[in-house]
Amino acid sequence: MSEQKYYLPEPSYWPLVGSIGLFTTVFGFAHALEYGNGGVGNLTMMYIGLAIIAFMMFGWFGTVIRESEGGKYNAQVDTTFRMAMMWFIFSEVMFFAAFFGALFYARQLSVPWLGGADPVTHQYLWPKFSAGWPLLHTPDPSKYAAPKDVIDAAGIPLLNTIILLSSSVTVTLAHHALKANKRGALTFWLLITVILGFTFLGFQAHEYIEAYTELNLKLTSGIYGTTFFMLTGFHGLHVTIGATMLTIMLLRVLKGHFKPDHHFAFEAASWYWHFVDVVWVGLFIFVYWL
Amino acid sequence: MSASKTIKSLIGLLGAVLTFAPAAAMAGYELNLHPGVTKISHEIYDLHMLVLWIVTIVGILVFGVMIYSIINHRKSKGVTPATFHESTTVEVIWTVIPFVILVAIAVPATKTLLQMSDMSNPDINIKVVGWQWKWEYDYLDNGVHYFSNLADSSVKASELGSGADVYKVDHYLREVDHPMVVPVGKKVRLLITGADVIHSWWVPKLGVKHDAIPGHVNESWFRADKVGTYRGQCAELCGKGHGFMPIVVKVVSEADYQSWLGEQKKAAMAAAQSTNKVFTKDELMKHGEKVYNSSCAACHQPNGKGLPGVFPALAGSKTVDGPIEGHLHTVVFGRPGTAMQAFGKQLSAVDIAAVVTYERNSFGNHMGDMAQPSDVVAVEKQNSK
Amino acid sequence: MSDHHHPTGIKRWLFTTNHKDIGTLYLWFSFIMLLMGGSMAMVIRAELYEPGLQFVNPNFFNMMTTLHGLIMVFGAIMPATVGLANWCIPMMIGAPDMALPRMNNWSFWILPFAAFMLVSPMFMGGHFMAGQGPNFGWTFYEPLSGQYGKLAFFIFAIHLLGISSIMGSINIIATILNMRAPGMTLMKMPMFVWTWLITAFLLIAVMPVLAGAVTMMLTDKYFGTAFFEAAGGGDPVLFQHVFWFFGHPEVYIMILPAFGIVSQIIPTFSRKKLFGYASMVYATAAIAFLSFIVWAHHMFVVGMPVAGELYFMYATVMISVPTAVKVFNWTATMWRGSMTFEVPMLWAVAFVFLFTIGGFTGLMLGVAPADFQYTDTYFVVAHFHYVLVTGALFAIIGGVYYWLPKWTGHMYNETLSKTHFWLSVISVNVLFFPQHFLGLEGMPRRIPDYSPMFADWNRISSLGGFVFGASQLLFLFIVIKTIRGGEKATDQVWEGAEGLEWTVPSPAPYHTFETAPEVK
Ligand code: HEA
Ligand code: HEA
Ligand code: CUA
Ligand SMILES: [Cu+2]
Repeated sequence: MSEQKYYLPEPSYWPLVGSIGLFTTVFGFAHALEYGNGGVGNLTMMYIGLAIIAFMMFGWFGTVIRESEGGKYNAQVDTTFRMAMMWFIFSEVMFFAAFFGALFYARQLSVPWLGGADPVTHQYLWPKFSAGWPLLHTPDPSKYAAPKDVIDAAGIPLLNTIILLSSSVTVTLAHHALKANKRGALTFWLLITVILGFTFLGFQAHEYIEAYTELNLKLTSGIYGTTFFMLTGFHGLHVTIGATMLTIMLLRVLKGHFKPDHHFAFEAASWYWHFVDVVWVGLFIFVYWL
Repeated sequence: MSASKTIKSLIGLLGAVLTFAPAAAMAGYELNLHPGVTKISHEIYDLHMLVLWIVTIVGILVFGVMIYSIINHRKSKGVTPATFHESTTVEVIWTVIPFVILVAIAVPATKTLLQMSDMSNPDINIKVVGWQWKWEYDYLDNGVHYFSNLADSSVKASELGSGADVYKVDHYLREVDHPMVVPVGKKVRLLITGADVIHSWWVPKLGVKHDAIPGHVNESWFRADKVGTYRGQCAELCGKGHGFMPIVVKVVSEADYQSWLGEQKKAAMAAAQSTNKVFTKDELMKHGEKVYNSSCAACHQPNGKGLPGVFPALAGSKTVDGPIEGHLHTVVFGRPGTAMQAFGKQLSAVDIAAVVTYERNSFGNHMGDMAQPSDVVAVEKQNSK
Repeated sequence: MSDHHHPTGIKRWLFTTNHKDIGTLYLWFSFIMLLMGGSMAMVIRAELYEPGLQFVNPNFFNMMTTLHGLIMVFGAIMPATVGLANWCIPMMIGAPDMALPRMNNWSFWILPFAAFMLVSPMFMGGHFMAGQGPNFGWTFYEPLSGQYGKLAFFIFAIHLLGISSIMGSINIIATILNMRAPGMTLMKMPMFVWTWLITAFLLIAVMPVLAGAVTMMLTDKYFGTAFFEAAGGGDPVLFQHVFWFFGHPEVYIMILPAFGIVSQIIPTFSRKKLFGYASMVYATAAIAFLSFIVWAHHMFVVGMPVAGELYFMYATVMISVPTAVKVFNWTATMWRGSMTFEVPMLWAVAFVFLFTIGGFTGLMLGVAPADFQYTDTYFVVAHFHYVLVTGALFAIIGGVYYWLPKWTGHMYNETLSKTHFWLSVISVNVLFFPQHFLGLEGMPRRIPDYSPMFADWNRISSLGGFVFGASQLLFLFIVIKTIRGGEKATDQVWEGAEGLEWTVPSPAPYHTFETAPEVK
């Protein structure tokens, strides 16, 4: 706050550590996928890489937090962070857009085509296949065994929708409390948000187990299972990231960080949480419900 | 490659750059699209020429202004720079003009496109399947069905370091063993699909190019106005044999077409009968070599050594030097998830028996045994349950 | 700041947070990639010099084509424009540095690792000449790419490239929107800054989609999903839709910064303001917008419903309108200027001519029925090399000559660099113009061997290619020579140059504009 000049950091080794971490992770993973889990590159290598990335995050964000709490960032730096976070979330939106695009393409085009909307394809290649959504029989059942049934939107998914929407409200309440400098309310609402987030994940895990064990709905059960698990799975991954971010914010709150007018990290985490929430609404409508 | 050829090439280029027309007249230097032999290919040609002329004229105008400016508006000529830097009128005009030109192009283009997609009233229906790396033709109306491979002469000459003079090979890389044969003046509807990866069936002079997509069927059609042989090539990267799967279409008179159909049916009957025949080892080896070169050599190499790390060697291979049932099984059903295809669908029992026999007794493999067509049928039956 | 201790030697480059250092890193990286990708192009041209297979087997050839395309696009052109952005944007808008200097370092230092991931399978197990690197074309269409044995390495290389580009773009947007000197309003920004602002937006919008595409490939191949498998209800063509939703904006990602560079150079050497500044900005934005809705013009022959074909044809040819505005504006800028033809201007003028030719063939390709004949032939290869080599690459080379005196403090050698220009501009046409004829004659692209009917033009093209390749070695020599010494450059460097970067000393000091300049 105090500095007039835009803060320019010293040379730093964290980015390079991050690159090495990323590389170790993906090289290990690729090697394990291609050659099985052996040799120089394997899942151990991947775990080491992930550990390096975690180490880098602690180091890098630690530095940023120190600089921030040390008053080195002026309002302009704050604006930069805000913009960066917004554009980052936009890029995440586009990532999900690719998978939603695949879902719409499958539902509106490829499945109907295979089932007869494209008469020649149907007649010459898949005469026995009839289209439908949810897809309870695949064009070639010997390669992709269809699910027995799919998850009912009115059950856990609806509950999870309520949970996630409420958590968006509670995180906003926490934000208002922070701005009003009510630390107690802040801690309370943030704690509730985190609990709701992890509850959501618990239900989601339960639903996956049910899908695999009882419904025979799997990643490998054709395009329905494919889009279902990829969309909800990536969303679940993002919930995990968001909930972790909020947990860290909670810890920082307990350490006395953030001021009513200076709490970008908190805001960034809550934006991210809202984003995860909005994606879920899309999922609920297009994956579970319609 | 002689020096004189190089010089000839350079002169050719100079000619082309200086003036389009005279260079076009020079033998060997094709410059433009061929109008082709179907109504559609003519329309495409006209469209191509229309747009080509438009851009040539626009180009001459724009480049003309630039060249004029470059020559005259130089500091060395003592010009002092003007100060204008915008003019709404001019800017609107040169936004609208291109737009108008585009509309003028879009109208005929739309017409042609609609005609191309009119599949109604076909006279003949042929299912075309792209394989790595050959074409399969299935005459749906009369049961004629066969594969079309790159001609033997080209296969040999196109080997790396073959030393062959490819100029002496007839239609090098653009000749097949069994061309598609169709009658002149008839609407031929193609149902195009892919067996493994995407290919694209393209014969420029027929004005047809359509992708062969695995799992989906594309429709296309042509009606050739002239008897003749028309050549094309696969037009979608499909792996290492992409440059080696040409397409040849023979357009013949109706009478020739009928007699060709008759021959095909006879040949098919003879092949069906030979499944019950017992062959000598020599017969199998001789036929096997032929099958090997057209169906297997592309990957496993003519010497059976494969490409290390990419395609396995057959010389000393575990499968080839193992029990014959396993060997037959691999050839008939392929190895899912690898480039090894299920040849049971593509080759006759005789072919498979022959090629397996050949592989077991070549490239330094000395198994000494042989397979008969009946063995192949047995393997096929046993596993299709 | 400047009195702080700074690491020297290798650590300076590994840990740097300085936009000029990072710009330099990007530029050298891209130069090395140009040489690598170019060497691969030389292998391609050597093999295609004559019909018959002489040097490499078909698999190796496919690998050369694939890696050539990928390395040129992701390794040479994109990093070069990012390098220029790093060097120039802060100086042009009067900012002390990029908005997020540490992340800037990270964006760069992911790249070498990504490049390693991409090419390392070439050397894994077995024979090098067998061609075990990626061999499915730079567009990596499914299901062909699914057959490739080391796909995971390729996929993660693309993920890394995506992460790098997204972070780089976020940084550029934040810098431009948040770090401008007082008085530097948006509509006063140099054109190069504008084009990069819009490019960065395109990147953030489409790189995640590319990441999505490769993720789908990953799960299809290793985890049994069915995105691109009709047997499970998917469609191989879906891959192409996702890829080209990225791929088409990608080609404008490569050309928009080039437009920006040319829009800086032409006014300088015409001694006249850029004509139609506002319409240039709007045209750039229009091109960016249109680029999102034309992708399937790469897929006219996959068998789309005819309504789709028509729509994509109309939308595609529309892009000619804003591009035409740009070409006309450059022409009008030169009109009644007081022109001189220093080396940067030569490249810029060559750009306008030759890019336009590439644009014309683009328009021809956009006419769907005609594209049935052109697609996947050398006509397309000719089109995109005109827009990429004589377009993007020429503008980048022009930009390097333009700013080199500012970076190094020295003028380049005039004779050598004119030689470089004339050799390049002649040979590049010998290289790529005949490829139009080849395509029209019926030569497919991505083939290692061809019928003798295509021999003559291929031979000419290869000869042009060898000369063009050799000329770029001359470029390398000139750049190194200029860094080492040469005539001292003035601060203004060019008589007609305008803009903040020309107000600081040459070479530009390590830190510029630590206190923001006032822009009137
Ligand atoms: C820098 C990169 C770049 C640029 C700028 C462009 C610009 C354009 N491209 Fe190109 N293109 C590529 C890179 C680029 N392209 C690449 C890499 C491929 C191949 C990918 C692959 O398959 O590997 C490709 C392929 C490609 C295809 C697919 C071909 C095929 O595979 O079948 C098509 C089809 O429509 C196309 C169209 C266009 C159009 C209409 C433009 C327009 O933007 C051009 C507009 C410009 C002008 C028209 C000139 C200036 C205008 C005037 C002077 C005014 C006069 C105008 C009128 C006459 C109206 N391009
Ligand atoms: C983005 C930019 C870009 C650039 C700059 C280039 C530059 C060149 N390209 Fe390429 N090209 C692509 C993008 C680019 N290309 C893409 C996207 C494809 C499609 C790939 C695909 O189909 O998947 C392609 C495909 C492609 C093909 C078609 C291959 C095929 O279909 O099989 C050919 C063939 O001639 C070719 C040639 C060249 C040549 C000769 C150059 C030259 O301009 C290169 C000049 C530079 C050098 C040569 C480097 C400097 C010199 C040395 C290192 C010393 C060695 C030199 C000598 C021995 C003389 N390119
Ligand atoms: Cu088949 Cu290319
Ligand atoms: Cu495009």
